[in-house]
Parts: sequence; C-alpha cells; structure tokens
Amino acid sequence: MSGTPDSPMTDGTSTPPPAPMSLLAELTHRCPLSCPYCSNPVELERKAQELGTEDWLRVLEEAAGMGVLQVHFSGGEPMARPDLYTLISHAHRLNLYTNLITSGVLITPETMKRLDESGLDHVQLSFQDTDGPEADRLSDFKSVQPRKLEAARLITQAGIPLTLNFVLQKANISRIPAMFALARQLDAQRVEMAHTQYYGWALKNRAALLPSRTQLEEAGRHVEAEMAKGGLAIDYVTPDYYAERPKPCMGGWGQRFLNVSPSGHVLPCHAAETIPSLHFDNVRDHSLSHIWYHSQAFTLFRGTDWMPEPCASCARKEIDWGGCRCQALALLGDASQTDPVCSLSPHRHLIDDAIAEAEQTDEQAFIYRRMGQKTF
Amino acid sequence: MSSPLPTPPVKVTEDDCPGFSRGYRLQHDRVREQWVIQAPERALLADPIAVAILQELDGQTRLGTVIDRLAARYEAPREQIATDVLALLSELTEKRILRL
Repeated sequence: MSGTPDSPMTDGTSTPPPAPMSLLAELTHRCPLSCPYCSNPVELERKAQELGTEDWLRVLEEAAGMGVLQVHFSGGEPMARPDLYTLISHAHRLNLYTNLITSGVLITPETMKRLDESGLDHVQLSFQDTDGPEADRLSDFKSVQPRKLEAARLITQAGIPLTLNFVLQKANISRIPAMFALARQLDAQRVEMAHTQYYGWALKNRAALLPSRTQLEEAGRHVEAEMAKGGLAIDYVTPDYYAERPKPCMGGWGQRFLNVSPSGHVLPCHAAETIPSLHFDNVRDHSLSHIWYHSQAFTLFRGTDWMPEPCASCARKEIDWGGCRCQALALLGDASQTDPVCSLSPHRHLIDDAIAEAEQTDEQAFIYRRMGQKTF
Repeated sequence: MSSPLPTPPVKVTEDDCPGFSRGYRLQHDRVREQWVIQAPERALLADPIAVAILQELDGQTRLGTVIDRLAARYEAPREQIATDVLALLSELTEKRILRL
C-alpha cells in the first residue's frame, strides 16, 4: 500500500476511496430532551470531553478542503454550544452548506436572529409527535410542543427553509396524516419520516417502539397519498425490519459520510462506537483526511473485500454494501456478518422474532435516555 | 380529513426575474470538478446547460434578457433557448429551488 499520509491510496490495483460528501458535526451530547430512541451512544460524552471552538474551526476547514459539501450541526442539542454561531459563520465562509439539526427548544427571537446572521442555510426541526401530551411523554420534557411550533414559526419567518423530522414508532405512526398537515401548516419544504433505527437506546426500547406490519402498510398508503398531492418534499424509507434487503447504510461504509463526535472521534456513522473491534482516531491527533483515507475504523469495512457470504457473491453487494455493520454487531455480536435484516442472512429469524415480540408489547414501557445511566 | 389542493404547475415567463431561494445555490465542487445545486440535505448534479442558465440568474434580470444573452453566446435559435430555459426554470421554481 502506498500513498502519502493525507491523500487517497493509489496502489494501482484498486480505485482510491471517494472523497467524503457530508460531515455530521455532533457538537455535544447534552440535550434538554430524553427521547428513548435517541441515536446518541448509550455512553454519552460529557461537557468536559467536548472539543473546543478552535478544534471545530480546523475540522471545518479540513472537511471543506477534502470535498465535503454539506455540514450538519447536530448533537445532542447543538444549540447548547454557545460557539454554534461562530462555527456556522466559519462553515458559511468556507462555502459549506450549513444545516442545523435541532429540537428547537432553545430557539428564541434572539437566537434565531443570530442563526440567520451566521448564514445558516437550512434547519431540520425534530418533532416527537403531533399530539402535545404524547410529545411530552416521548421527550420527557414538559410542554415541548408549543416551543417547537414557535421555533418553526421563527425559522420560516426568517426565510430559512425548514424540514420537519418525525421519528416514527408504534405510538405515533397512526398520526402520519396529521404530521403532513402540520408540515403544510408550518410551510415546511420537506418532511423526513424516519423510522426508528434499533441500536443503542432504541434497541433497549425496541419492543415498545417497533410498529406492526398492519400499521406499516397503513403508513405506506398515507405517504403515497400525500406524495401525489405535490408541494411537499417527502423523505420516507420503509423500515429495514420489514424489508427484504438491508439498507445501504450511510451509502456504504466510508464512501460518502463522516461523523465527528463531541470529543473529536471520527466515525463512519453515528452508531459506529458500538462496535468494540474498531479504533477511532481523534481530530486532536490526526488530520481529518488521514483518518478518512487511512484509519482502521474507515478502511476495515470500506468497499467489498471484507464481506462474508451471502454478500461476497451477491449481485447487490455494491448497492446494499452488506447493510448496516452496527446492526450486525447489535444483533449477532459480530459486525462483519451480513446485516440480519437481509432475507438471505441465515439469522433473519431474529428480526422476525423481534417483530412478533413487539406485537405483544405495550407501547408505554420506555427506558429514557439519561447521562450516566447504567448500561444493561 | 381536509387536505390542500395539489400545487398548480408553475409557468415561468420571460417577464419573470427568478433567483435562488434561500437555502439553495449553484456551487462549483472543485474536488470533484463538477457543478452542484446545494439544497436541503442533498446536492444535485447540474449539467452544463443548467449551469449556463443558472449562472445568469440574479433575481433582478428579466428572463427575456437572459435568453437574449444565451442565444447570442451560443449562436443558437432564440426560440429553442427560450423553450429550454422556461421549462427548466418552471421545474426548479415548482420545487422551490428558485423564487420569482
């Protein structure tokens, strides 16, 4: 293997890895909400571990230099970081497209003005539900809905395009029509209907969250009807548990996407830290480019050489990319196996069992996301 | 369940002065040597014809003037250019990528 430390490998036999398109900047794991399907790791990073402003400014510069086009400021709640505006302004000057992924509860006329003046391009505002009390129950935050509605109003008033994000699960999936109505009422341009992904917190709560096949079919009909109306961009993907083939997680490991955690670890996806065999380099020690092209965490599952059967001989191996490594780890204890949601996996029965278990489980039984909670 | 009516198709005319909506822009991707339209949560590849048209938009210039310029620059029939420009921009306006 050859190649300078900070450039793509060129050994003449394989194509060099592509440059990353997208950076998820997880500024903090701190969040006023406690959603039981949170995509943050179960071991949340604390404020004292977080990268400083100077480190983030450098990460943004390196990302732009490598070919990243869009940066998604996320968390936790990214607005818990007082330097958020400085980071957005810097990204904007670097010609990066800036997206803020927020719960909205810290958006006020004052903070909105600062976001606007920083040059923010887009906001993705998360909603737990359209039903106020149910949104409180899910987020474990009192009167969360009025604050989100006010945030949406301030965002569209500033003229910034708005995406509403709903995490779908058993208790809210029947309200998809109301979610679309809310999106139109708030003049959102896009709606993301994201089915819960079952790792970390959500895996602990899977039986209480996973919708039934009947619920899912009804949801699909509502989404189709709404798409036919036009005027609203809708991003909806059938949840992988009910699919025949796995999702091409992150568009392939280390193909398009990188994620920097609050403490500076660089991850191929936000859940990758669940995989114990991976070592994650830190932006405090290495350049982003070096980590992307050469680190163990990015090269181990990049491309197709690592694949076992049935992936290795599968015609879809560069479409599905073997599915999700974190899911293989979470459900099989081995991240290098075929994603068990694939109907060709010898372990598909684990998924079917989970679906059957969820049909029998009450939707009220949540374990909430907390700092310092024991893993179990 | 009440629902809004389908959005009527947008018809852009030569008298309109379209420009990019907030949150959308044309950008040169120097690493991949291509042009993209930056948009919420995605970057759309722009072909050379779209790039030539979109580079002319500033939100103030009448499209009639833009079409004249393009017809002169590419020495192409004005009518053909007008058809291409109005079709592309109607589509992008309907998607809220452009505003009139």
